[in-house]
Amino acid sequence: MTDFTDQQLTEEGLAPAASKGRILLIACGALAREIVDLKKVNGWDHMELQCLPAIYHIHPQKIPDAVRDVVTREKNNFDTIFVVYADCGTGGILKSLCAELGVEMIAGPHCYSFFEGNERFAEVSADEITTFYLTDFLVRQFDAFVWRPMGLDRHPELRDMYFGNYEKLVYQAQKEDQALIDKAKDCAERLGLAFEYRFTGYGDLETSLESVSKSNA
Amino acid sequence: MSDEEEIILSELNDDELVDQMFDDLYDGLKEEIEEATNILLERGWEPYDILTRALVGGMTVVGADFRDGILFVPEVLLAANAMKGGMAILKPLLAETGAPQIGKMVIGTVKGDIHDIGKNLVGMMMEGAGFEVIDIGINNAVESYMETLEAEQPDILGMSALLTTTMPYMKVVIDHLVTTGKRDDYIVLVGGAPLNEEFGKAIGADAYCRDAAVAVETAKEMMSRKHNQMSA
Repeated sequence: MTDFTDQQLTEEGLAPAASKGRILLIACGALAREIVDLKKVNGWDHMELQCLPAIYHIHPQKIPDAVRDVVTREKNNFDTIFVVYADCGTGGILKSLCAELGVEMIAGPHCYSFFEGNERFAEVSADEITTFYLTDFLVRQFDAFVWRPMGLDRHPELRDMYFGNYEKLVYQAQKEDQALIDKAKDCAERLGLAFEYRFTGYGDLETSLESVSKSNA
Repeated sequence: MSDEEEIILSELNDDELVDQMFDDLYDGLKEEIEEATNILLERGWEPYDILTRALVGGMTVVGADFRDGILFVPEVLLAANAMKGGMAILKPLLAETGAPQIGKMVIGTVKGDIHDIGKNLVGMMMEGAGFEVIDIGINNAVESYMETLEAEQPDILGMSALLTTTMPYMKVVIDHLVTTGKRDDYIVLVGGAPLNEEFGKAIGADAYCRDAAVAVETAKEMMSRKHNQMSA
């Protein structure tokens, strides 16, 4: 089992277990459990995981500098560095940075897309512009990532200013977990949105890491 | 503890009342702003003066503190909501009294995007600064922008996007303006969380505006440049 908490992942991220190795993954803390699970299931022991604080999800302007710092610090310690962030609200800056630093990153606009599969998400997203997505991590951390930062704990009257144009909450589940489904339903209710459950598994996260793994097996 | 003395707005003199309105806007107190707006009107203030000196003045402080990381989005929204309350009282009066108008703007969120908080804030601050604002809402395709531009003949086109996936659509609109020979008819301002100055330049906008206050300053500056060019 993992020995870190969601709070640690949110605020501090996660340090790699080894300081040198073949592959270093630099990921969002919100993906830590999924990546640790994939590493374990697939036996990817040649991959080390460094997570940045998941709270950058709501402060995407902090992501590029944080990625740059880790890549600069670790580039001589690992053969390959792979950035497990999609664009994630950086407006193309992260992509340019990765190109400048000579490292690869996962494709897609955000984790909702690569969990669903970028190709499929691109197909359906035009019909889902009024959809608000949550992943396993975001369902667990709904209050820390949605409710409180938006001030809805103090000012619930703001809800419709934020969510008035939304219609539906889609819970993209990475793992089957009835407790999380119930919590996601509650999130939808609190936001005044219809609810849809959609099991995605790990989607393109798994296939992307698989090809990174093979590239330096 | 409720030792704090209750402030009776009608008992404050004009300067004190305007200062209090700054505080109340900062705290997002809509009812107090509405009450103070009515008090100033009863005292014979011009609607335009209430708008610029009290409401816009107060929102400028809010905008500056937002930029400096002292206030966050929820507080800005509450302040904007309070200002909206005052604006609702003043708007019909401003139209009657023929308040000075700096220019006209058409503003809308691009196709595929339903986010309108930033756009609404910009629209409100632009109105406060003396612009006529035609807000065409969310999820606008090229055709919607073009129809409104044609019908309204504004000075400025404002486009907003919150998503990395929708911001490229701004270029679609600008390219359409270019191919139809209308690009130079409008000042094009763009904004939204994932945008940056580089993106604004790359798509051919006249300026990227990082927040509502910058949008107002940029619009004013560009309007005055436009007037200077016309009179040169």
